[in-house]
Amino acid sequence: MVLENFNASTTYNLQPTTYNLVIMNNNLIQYIYGIADNSLILGQRLGELCGHGPSLETDIALTNISLDLFGQVRSYFQYAAKLQGEDVTEDTIAFLRKEREYKNVLLVEQPNGDFAYSITRQFLFDNFHLLLLNELQNSKDEMLAAIAKKSSKEVSYHVRFSTDWIKRLGDGTEESHNKIQTAINDLWIYTDELFHVTDADQEMITEGIGVDVRLLKEPFYKKIKEVLEEATLETPDMKYFQKGGKQGIHSEHMGFLLAQMQFMQLAYPNMNW
Amino acid sequence: MKNWPLWEVFIRSKNGLEHRHCGSLHASDATMALENARDVYTRRMEGVSIWVVPSAQITASNPEDSAELFEPAKDKVYRHPTFYELPDELKHM
Repeated sequence: MVLENFNASTTYNLQPTTYNLVIMNNNLIQYIYGIADNSLILGQRLGELCGHGPSLETDIALTNISLDLFGQVRSYFQYAAKLQGEDVTEDTIAFLRKEREYKNVLLVEQPNGDFAYSITRQFLFDNFHLLLLNELQNSKDEMLAAIAKKSSKEVSYHVRFSTDWIKRLGDGTEESHNKIQTAINDLWIYTDELFHVTDADQEMITEGIGVDVRLLKEPFYKKIKEVLEEATLETPDMKYFQKGGKQGIHSEHMGFLLAQMQFMQLAYPNMNW
Repeated sequence: MKNWPLWEVFIRSKNGLEHRHCGSLHASDATMALENARDVYTRRMEGVSIWVVPSAQITASNPEDSAELFEPAKDKVYRHPTFYELPDELKHM
């Protein structure tokens, strides 16, 4: 078993039951990062658009979604911080990890590109996100179930917003159709990773805490295909996909994103509002 | 997006109250107008219901006609219901 962020020396003399508890805790923390980092990194990407949206109305809408995601992240990270104790806080988790310690999927770290890219990335993630949260509400972990329940209302709106835009642009003008089709073709390669299961995920699934995302794959592609058809768009047929983010192996964009996101805490350690 | 028509937004702040005009926005169609209104005007729990109306559908009075439309009411104070004796028990009139 791979134990990430795990200091073996602190557990050297622990009794077997305590040792198991630490492993279990560590898996739960990694599992939480796997979910929360998606919202964190996508929230950061959407935040980059603040003041740069294509229209005032869309600008505010995307920033609202960003704030929804950050709110969810805070709940997850406050919980993860509590599980770790010591000096760990929601902020140190968000801002002071190394790139390899972020467990978000590659999809959410992709650059904003034009509006077609931003909205396609949103559409693909939102649909996965809602399926995940609907299942996570049944988690044996009461805290995760509660966060999922609260978040699913927000994410239902995100799905509605991005889905409407896909239909509008796909079934719009020739130019909007081509732009959104290009974005779908380019981002499709990142969809399969959403349904990969890490070692920590597997442990949490066995415990009845985690969601088996493999089971979400079929409903996800079915829903996406339905919307794309309505939007007169082609569903790509692809056999090879990109993956790695869930293991902490990110695309070249991630370093730049983190440089900006972590700048304040690195330049002025422990700075506060 | 420069070509998007203008919409007027009406928000009901809570059940039982009327929808009130709160502003306008641009949107390509009614669905988008509703979503934009939700995002722009109800971020701070301002409402429980939204109406959007194409601004072009509103027939407005002409400001140049103000004199003939509104000024004649100025000296008709007797139209305010303030000349009646009200019993003390009657509140909120």
